[in-house]
Amino acid sequence: MSLMQFCEWLARTEWSIALHESLYMYPLVETTHVLSIMLFVGTVLFVDLRLVGWVFRDVPISEVTSRLLPWTVVGFVIMVTTGALLFYAIPVRTFTSVFFRVKVGMLVVAGINALLFHRRVQRDRSSWDRDPVPPRRIRLAGAVSLVSWTVVIVTGRMIAYNWFDCDNQPQTDFINWVAGCVVGG
Amino acid sequence: MTLYDVFDRLELTFVGQTMADSIWLFPVVEAVHLLGLAGLGGAVLVVDLRLLGLAFPDREARYLLAESRPWFLGAIATLFATGIPLFLSEAVKCYWSQAFWVKMGALALALLFTWSVRNRRIRDSRELGVGRARLLGGSSIALWTTVAAAGRWIGFS
Repeated sequence: MSLMQFCEWLARTEWSIALHESLYMYPLVETTHVLSIMLFVGTVLFVDLRLVGWVFRDVPISEVTSRLLPWTVVGFVIMVTTGALLFYAIPVRTFTSVFFRVKVGMLVVAGINALLFHRRVQRDRSSWDRDPVPPRRIRLAGAVSLVSWTVVIVTGRMIAYNWFDCDNQPQTDFINWVAGCVVGG
Repeated sequence: MTLYDVFDRLELTFVGQTMADSIWLFPVVEAVHLLGLAGLGGAVLVVDLRLLGLAFPDREARYLLAESRPWFLGAIATLFATGIPLFLSEAVKCYWSQAFWVKMGALALALLFTWSVRNRRIRDSRELGVGRARLLGGSSIALWTTVAAAGRWIGFS
């Protein structure tokens, strides 16, 4: 079964249709998804700002991360849960959305960046933990995170717009290729 | 001239019409509005989580407030700079939207509370009592959450 077939199957399930057609449930899930930006990206932002040396300069980096990242995790769980529900409500259109695909790509970038950073931390944090402005590679990790979450938010919002939808032809071959649209010919 | 007439005129302003006529402008400005929301969330939460006793136990709320203040102000500036054009593009719709009025009310309360109660209390008192600190932090989070939720709800009406 291809991913597309999986999405088509999801779209036919009873709960997907119910969520899609619900008067209050869908907006409620979406509002929760947006609100979790404040908790999730908000706390990530302050960790990143510390990493680039723009805030809390006299607080050790380990203190900022240990105090804020538990809240980031809470935000992440809410965000992923509501995000999965939003996808579940409209699977096929979302799967073939250019913006959704770019968003997922940036999520992967942000994830790999976070993973590399935490590996790095385990190796030599003590040497820069108290630096007001940490070394370049640490600042870079903060900057990559800032940029990737910015793109995630922007592209995430754009999923709502149908400019590049598969049923909104003609589109350039490139757009159809990125979106995975099957255009009859 | 009634309030409705004012809103009707606002929608006909240059900014309102330019926003309404463009396919791209509204979504892009809206996305930047969301980025502002992320900044606001972070700046508010680093202080409020401390007030609630849920983060930074070794730092004074006063220090956290001073450090996050430029980011709070930057976020508020971004939100206003994007929010006003968004409003102008659909002022009449907003006039009829309950969510819009809830948001405006909550926003006025949240700003008033932040500047004349929360921040003042944090700066003035040497040692903020635990109960009072929690009340301040909890109220702040509740107010800003209401603003954000009502704001999102404008789009559903």
